[in-house]
Amino acid sequence: MIPTPDLSHLTRRDYESVYEPAEDTFILLDALEQDADELRNMQPSISLEIGSGSGCVSSFIGTILGPSNTLYLATDINERAASCTARTGRQNNIPIEPIIANLVAPLRSRLRHAVDILVFNPPYVPTFESEAEDAQTTRNIQGAWAGGANGMQVTDLLLEQVDDLLSSQGRFYLVAVKQNDVPAIQERMRQRFNLRSDVVLQRRAGREHLLILRFQR
Amino acid sequence: MVRLITHNILACHAKGCTQNNFPLQFKDASIELKEQEFNPDFLRNFLSRLEWKALVDTARELGDTSLPLEMPEMIDDEFLKNLHHVLLEIHVEEGAMICPNCGHSYPISNGIPNMLLAEHEIG
Repeated sequence: MIPTPDLSHLTRRDYESVYEPAEDTFILLDALEQDADELRNMQPSISLEIGSGSGCVSSFIGTILGPSNTLYLATDINERAASCTARTGRQNNIPIEPIIANLVAPLRSRLRHAVDILVFNPPYVPTFESEAEDAQTTRNIQGAWAGGANGMQVTDLLLEQVDDLLSSQGRFYLVAVKQNDVPAIQERMRQRFNLRSDVVLQRRAGREHLLILRFQR
Repeated sequence: MVRLITHNILACHAKGCTQNNFPLQFKDASIELKEQEFNPDFLRNFLSRLEWKALVDTARELGDTSLPLEMPEMIDDEFLKNLHHVLLEIHVEEGAMICPNCGHSYPISNGIPNMLLAEHEIG
């Protein structure tokens, strides 16, 4: 049993602008824990989390793999989230490198086929498109969940880049909900990029039917 | 904490800036040295992912001359210890990173780089 990262240093004020770990975070942790041995055996050099928010997930990956075995990169478009990610890394003795960035923009050219573990818990809640756009532009807490049409507006942007980022042994973990049309995502990634995928975990949490997708070559 | 391992991965991504946009140049860098656990296996695995010249040049700009200009063929412990220090123990806490091509400045505050662009700068 891998302990859930210590988040006791984060305050109510942090959670006013940064997403507080909830069921969607915990199902992702459970999926990663389920794969812990395989992930260790991969000896990953680079782990990259997109939209790291509180830093809970990257710290958890760091706890699985060990603080000095892997480079832990974490991007978030929200400044406060990047700061929470850094603090959560320190609190849990995992040297996470937070970067304030839109998805992977400044990393793309140098991380071509270099990412061993890619993780994204995107804003997946279906909303009006303008709501998702405004949230990403103002970089507020709404940006952590407002996903626009089918909840796929932000995820779609990243899906186009996954193939470019993943190393030959790389894995991509994505959080989704049923309304995102998971079979369509899987089919599209297979057809366009020849990436295979599995639903490795799913559960109901209140109104949400949460799924964890794992993509690999 | 912008360590040189991370700096070696960041490139300018402003609109139209696709050449000579790496490595970014540190400006007014304030540095802290922080000890990290030495892990030779990690370093050996990571060597192939480094842009060596960019790393050496940047380390020299920050005053560390311990790395050779060419990556050595024989990887010994002394080399790995120097590499460990340069990659993982030099933290740039404040300052900026400037694109050598377009001059765009990416600020670093509290050890966190801000790589966002304004709407009109996005390619």
